[in-house]
Amino acid sequence: MYAQMIKSEATKDDPEKLATFQARIDAGDKIEPKDWMPEGYRKTLIRQIGQHAHSEIVGQLPEGNWITRAPTLERKAILLAKVQDEAGHGLYLYCAAETLGVTRDELTEMLLDGRMKYSSIFNYPTLTWADMGAVGWLVDGAAIMNQVPLQRTSFGPYARAMVRICKEESFHQRQGYDIMMKMANGTEAQKRMAQDALNRMWFPSLMMFGPSDAESVHSEQSMSWKIKMNGNDELRQKFVDQTVPQAEYLGLTVPDPDLKWNETKGGYDFTGPDWDEFFEVLKGNGPCNTERLAARNKAWDDGAWVREGLMAHAAKKRSAKMAAE
Amino acid sequence: MSNEWPLWEIFIRGQHGMSHRHVGSLHAADEAGAIKNARDVYTRRNEGVSIWVVEARNITASSPSEKGPMYEPSESKVYRHPTFFDIPDDVGAM
Repeated sequence: MYAQMIKSEATKDDPEKLATFQARIDAGDKIEPKDWMPEGYRKTLIRQIGQHAHSEIVGQLPEGNWITRAPTLERKAILLAKVQDEAGHGLYLYCAAETLGVTRDELTEMLLDGRMKYSSIFNYPTLTWADMGAVGWLVDGAAIMNQVPLQRTSFGPYARAMVRICKEESFHQRQGYDIMMKMANGTEAQKRMAQDALNRMWFPSLMMFGPSDAESVHSEQSMSWKIKMNGNDELRQKFVDQTVPQAEYLGLTVPDPDLKWNETKGGYDFTGPDWDEFFEVLKGNGPCNTERLAARNKAWDDGAWVREGLMAHAAKKRSAKMAAE
Repeated sequence: MSNEWPLWEIFIRGQHGMSHRHVGSLHAADEAGAIKNARDVYTRRNEGVSIWVVEARNITASSPSEKGPMYEPSESKVYRHPTFFDIPDDVGAM
């Protein structure tokens, strides 16, 4: 998902406090920043919310790539609004993470030097305009699967950020599908582009949910803390079941020859993604890892004079005001 | 970095005459920048007609660990709620 492979921290806290804490979570209480919480809960959440925020920010890059080349002024305005939303989503999430005692600059620096990750999906390139359709439809569609249940997560600031994000996310998926409909019903060349985008984005989208629960060692703790609401396989299945009919409506073929409806389980049987590729991308060896991090580092370095200048201006104004009083 | 932009808490009044409501926080160098950023971050879909910004360090908050004693006085006073009083149906709406 936007937060993948989040390692949950073992916790060495007072057992009595832990029990009270767990009872609050089981009762559906929201945990607020100043409440007592296990150190592991705090650290795991910083990692998870931080990675989620970084994904929103880095996620602007593949789509930003097409803003200047959108086919019409309307499409350009829509894409610009969508990318601006992603920046907003990153900011809501950074604020939620900051309530746990990490600063914005620390989070940014951990992204820039590779200590923190972002979702594997953004290390794939966006080669044609049809990719803008596929990203909105599939990538945002997969994100919604995970984010809707996270609105009920136990940490108050994270849950509230998710509520805001989910309200806006549906626009993202629909604008993507709208692009796909246009392309799939267009000329032969446009239809080929749409199919090609689906071919390239399908398996990376399935990877977003993370490896199978059977191999996910950290799920259990995070689930009992209610910072992970559903299993990876469960969400992946739900995504496939929802998306396949949407592809059929477009007249496109999901690039999985073994995909077929399974009447007994009431869902599709499908081929999982190549997990070796997934782990390579996480390690930094995906097609665009270097480019993405270089772009974020450049933006941070190039913006330094603006951040410093505005602080200097604010300090000057403050002292002028004090002198006048 | 020591020179990090301070954190501001953002309050927005929605369209329908409600009070300002806390919506989240953001970083900005000064109050004018905070209002401008708040517009871009929290009102992209006409969510508000008025924005308040307060630097986060200026907010004093009650302590969650004192929740019990802090709110105890109101817990024992059920008669403050109108439903405490039984008014016969014959009296009509009240």
